[in-house]
Amino acid sequence: MEILVCARRVPDTSENEITLNDAGNDIERDDLVYSINEPDNYAVEEALQIVAKSGGNVTVATVGTDEDEEILRREMAMGANKAVLLSDDAFNGCDGKGIATVLKGFVQKSKFDLVLTGVQAEDGGAQVGGMLAAMLDYPFASLVNSIEVLDGKKLKIGREIEGGNREISEIDLPCVLSIQTGINEPRYVGMRGIRQVASVEIPTYGAAGLGVDSSSVGAAAANIKREDYFIPAAGKGAEILQGTNEEVADKLMELLKAKGGVQ
Amino acid sequence: MLEAAHVPAHAPYWLHQAPAVVLLIQILGLVLFAYIVARRLAPLAHAQCDLRWDRPIQRLGKLLKFWFGQWKHPRYRVAGTMHLCIFAGFIILATRAFYLLIFGLSQDFIEAGTIGRGYDIVADYAATIVFLAVSAAAVRRIFYKPLRYAQPPRYGRGRAIDAIFLLVLIAILMASESLFEASRAAMQLQSGTAAEFLPPLSLAWILKDVVASLSLSTLWELHLGAYLLDVLTFYLLLCYRPFGIQFHVETSLFNVFFAKLDRGTVKPVRWGVSDAQLDQVKSFGTKSFEDFTWKHMLDFYSCADCGRCSDNCPANAAGRPLSPRFLTIKARDYCFEHFPVFGKSNNSRALVGTIYSEDEIWSCTTCGACEEECPLLIEYIDKVVDLRRGLIDDGNVPKSIQKALKALESRGNPYGKLEKKRAEWTKYKDFAEGCHVEVFNGNDPAKTLYFVDSITSYDDRIQAIGRATARILSATGEDFAILGTAEKDSGHDVRRFGEEMLFQALRDHNSDAIRETGVNRIVTSDPHAFNALRHDYKDVPPVEHISQFLSRAVNCGWVRLNPIENEGSVYTYHDPCYLGRHNQVYDEPRAVLDAVPGLKRVEMARCRDRSFCCGGGGLMLFYEPKEEERIGVQRVRMAAEAGANVIVTACPFCMVNIEDAIKVAGFEGRMTAIDLAELVDQQLVRPPATASAEEEPELDEVHA
Amino acid sequence: MTARIFAYIAYKAGAIDDTAAELFAAARKIDAAASPTAIVVGSGPDVDAVSKNACALFSEVWKIANDSLAYPNAELVRQALVKVIPQGSVVLVPHNHFGLDLGPGLSINLNAAFVSDVVAIDGVNGATLNVVRQEFGGQVSTHVRCKLSNGIVMNVRPGAFKAAETAPINGNIVDKSAEMGTLTAKRRYLATIVPEAGDVDITKEPVLVSIGRGIGEKDNIPIAEELAEALGAAVSCSRPVVDAKWLPKSRQVGSSGQTVKPKVYLACGISGSFQHLAGLKGNPFIVAINKNPKAPIFQVADVGIVTDMLEFIPELTEKVRETKKVTA
Repeated sequence: MEILVCARRVPDTSENEITLNDAGNDIERDDLVYSINEPDNYAVEEALQIVAKSGGNVTVATVGTDEDEEILRREMAMGANKAVLLSDDAFNGCDGKGIATVLKGFVQKSKFDLVLTGVQAEDGGAQVGGMLAAMLDYPFASLVNSIEVLDGKKLKIGREIEGGNREISEIDLPCVLSIQTGINEPRYVGMRGIRQVASVEIPTYGAAGLGVDSSSVGAAAANIKREDYFIPAAGKGAEILQGTNEEVADKLMELLKAKGGVQ
Repeated sequence: MLEAAHVPAHAPYWLHQAPAVVLLIQILGLVLFAYIVARRLAPLAHAQCDLRWDRPIQRLGKLLKFWFGQWKHPRYRVAGTMHLCIFAGFIILATRAFYLLIFGLSQDFIEAGTIGRGYDIVADYAATIVFLAVSAAAVRRIFYKPLRYAQPPRYGRGRAIDAIFLLVLIAILMASESLFEASRAAMQLQSGTAAEFLPPLSLAWILKDVVASLSLSTLWELHLGAYLLDVLTFYLLLCYRPFGIQFHVETSLFNVFFAKLDRGTVKPVRWGVSDAQLDQVKSFGTKSFEDFTWKHMLDFYSCADCGRCSDNCPANAAGRPLSPRFLTIKARDYCFEHFPVFGKSNNSRALVGTIYSEDEIWSCTTCGACEEECPLLIEYIDKVVDLRRGLIDDGNVPKSIQKALKALESRGNPYGKLEKKRAEWTKYKDFAEGCHVEVFNGNDPAKTLYFVDSITSYDDRIQAIGRATARILSATGEDFAILGTAEKDSGHDVRRFGEEMLFQALRDHNSDAIRETGVNRIVTSDPHAFNALRHDYKDVPPVEHISQFLSRAVNCGWVRLNPIENEGSVYTYHDPCYLGRHNQVYDEPRAVLDAVPGLKRVEMARCRDRSFCCGGGGLMLFYEPKEEERIGVQRVRMAAEAGANVIVTACPFCMVNIEDAIKVAGFEGRMTAIDLAELVDQQLVRPPATASAEEEPELDEVHA
Repeated sequence: MTARIFAYIAYKAGAIDDTAAELFAAARKIDAAASPTAIVVGSGPDVDAVSKNACALFSEVWKIANDSLAYPNAELVRQALVKVIPQGSVVLVPHNHFGLDLGPGLSINLNAAFVSDVVAIDGVNGATLNVVRQEFGGQVSTHVRCKLSNGIVMNVRPGAFKAAETAPINGNIVDKSAEMGTLTAKRRYLATIVPEAGDVDITKEPVLVSIGRGIGEKDNIPIAEELAEALGAAVSCSRPVVDAKWLPKSRQVGSSGQTVKPKVYLACGISGSFQHLAGLKGNPFIVAINKNPKAPIFQVADVGIVTDMLEFIPELTEKVRETKKVTA
């Protein structure tokens, strides 16, 4: 099975404190550690497990710049067979639809049975997968937390819905799935693996190579524009209890009793 | 007296053929033995290389102490004494064994003179003692069944039968030898010739009386029967030994000779492959049996299944899936099965997932108690590290460890905290007002580096140890500074968890930073960092632990300590694994404690080189083991048993584990923990005695 | 604003979902005079009942009944909607597991813009609609401008817009079922698997001690369990605790876990991400205990305590036990 995983490089929320920069128009980016968006990593692991069982190849692609190559290398170190960077000045300022358009260009250049994305990026809108599917006219499912290959033509998938329930469906190939964290346990990628792929050539494709009309992507074509970042003024917010742990515990006890918290 | 001419006429026919028979047995026996040994050595020929031929004098020294001197055996009194007897007996009887074997072929080979007779007496007693010892050992195995030998059901069928069978064979060997002598003496008595002297109360002497009344021809048959039995048993034992734990009789000498000479080190990924060449190595670590080095395989052969290692293993005591003894035995069984003496070898299966489980491999705290205990000097840590290297290479790593490793890679500490906050602990208000900690910035000519390492830099509780250490260094007038944000994790446990390349990246970064400072010595309060800087890092200035520094300071009078105020406090010192066992620093911390006037100190039963690990440091704090009881909890109980209510330790990881364990064990209120540096800081008389403030330490004293 | 506003009505077992009224409120934020059209999709008596119900709030309700829509399969629903929704419309969909499935693809089919997980709407400004979203797990917010010219599909965060109290009206149902034709999709619903009931059903508990990443490690969980025991409560958690396999899924509160309606909710070491809070319904008394004073949970909590939960909770447990001893 030929699988494409669309990945994104984002600031790693577990190792960063996200704060606003001094100008107040972006997050503070010095000192940020970037890594692959967590659900995308799960998607790559899932793809690797599928081809380990059913044969095939895993390709990882990202829309971005040279800086984003590091996540491609990391996923290759993890086991992905190929990686591609989709980069062009025309792509700057893409919104979700723009990114999906670029990815569509790449998917149509090749032949993939299955396209995976992560369910949502840290700074994203959980949209690229669904958009890409509609553009390609492939069936789509989001929040996938289990995949079973039924045969070369369809999959049995589980989706995460409310109440901890799982919605089981059958979906025809080729299709697009957005993958939820927890679907598997991603393998460790060590320094050694990364060093081994450090000098592998990563092909780059631009608008022309992908058959993408520059006017349909990039900032000018974007439907959605992020104006700024801000921290909302504290609304009603919480009444912060002050004092030593003991004093606070006392006060809290009173409140809990009043609210029926002590059974 | 087996020459055909001397055989009495009424002796049975077969006795005439005895020499030929004996010769045949001997030849067959030797050939078979040689074949078996060759087959056993076969997998070693395909194993990874292991450079063990260096420093032969030192190796000979170890051979004398540990093999010939049985140095480690008495650590277990009863078994140790019995083994000493058996071993001594074997050495003494070895000469006689050869003599006896040849005697069957040529009677001219007779011992002569006083030395010969003296030797004979000693040998007779030796045989008796060995006989008694193995009988006692067999009885002990059958009836007393020490726990150490028990085989938990998950490891399969037990080997008690095997052990007992071998003990019985040795007993038979001793008995037949003694019977050979006894029957000869009896014949001599009966036929009126001069009877040779049999030492009183020896087995031979006793048997002589037993058989004295038998007829001459019966005695003949007995004599020759005993001889044949002796020869047969000898060769049976010889050829059977390589099939079980008794192989250690042959391999122990080599195993001890080739044993690891350096403490606290970890073997390179491949011997003979430099760091720069590592990129070319196809596969890291031990994944299949042939990835072990030949010395590791020899270890497997040499294990006597005594269980002392597992008896001292903290992971085993806590109910984790790890038992060092079975790491070895399972590997040995695998080897026997896949590289059989008779039959074809078949191999290439992954070890983890078949004979080993992942949890088993990750459970090891690398405390070294097993290696310290093993009388055959079998090594474990290197094997565990190699197995971990294999798991890391395959990406098979528990999630929590992955997270810590990723943080180490991106932030230089396992907590994922910002690099720029690494020196924040020095800015703690109450502290900063009284003590200024310099950070190396290119201009600073400080001579000493205080290597703080990650946990002391970032963990809220442990930062107090850093501050205490800094205050002590300040108070003694030490010109020191820290690396600050230029410091990354020492990588000590990154290496021991198998992520060699990440370790090297950290090591190289830190080494460069250290060399740039131009210091001529390093001090640290973290035994893991201490061990790393001492053994894993190359070309860095000599390093010492704060306890060594303090011990000298106390000795030379640079620090004076106030008396303990709390009358009821009873202190006990917990030896951290990487300060004690791995680096043999036992006395200095104790000297420091004893220098505190009025400090009541007791020793736990398990102390010094038998100290019981706190549960593991470094990355072990991120691992969630499956265990019945926390290792630390067991340690805290030991302290309580010793009568202590304050545990003093000299390692930040021990501190975390012990303080944690005090809570989990429900000892809060009646047990506390304090770091050595914190205690000294607390008791320090400020300012120190003026005369000593000008003295400077001799660099030789500092050198590791 | 001339674009027509549609609201996708979610329902379960014939009962209309709270989000319907929220979408109405959101529509009013876009255009105060708007009269959004409700769209109810389904089959059988349920779709009829819900359509009627929706008439109390929406002046026009489009009912789409088709057998293949008995189960809300987003792939089929998308096709259905494309057949009836005029180009250039604004379509509001609740941002949940269904909205995630539907919204993005629908926007492509309608050639409209798509904006996800909207928490506030500032209003129309010429050719753009200004909304507010969050990023990085709710740690920062952003002002977003959406192009209106070709319409917008907007996923609206459940609970972000407060349903206004309005007198019920008498809307009318427009049956659009006939325009469906045959609906086929390459994704077919098979079944829903309900997880095995754990030992505790947190959805029925009136008091919950909920733990998040702040618990640090599995071995600290007993700290929370003791507090729960003292309070007569149950322990629940947020997603990271389940991902780490420290507690079973049945204890997870959140959009992908259980929805709970306790009287009192102690959020310990929980940052307060939207997905977690999505599982918290009703109007519980929320106590937030977190080391980070900037954690989003303090926005929604009634009472906040900035402290290390691992130190504070045992103290609280002691207090509870003492109090109980006195009153017992």
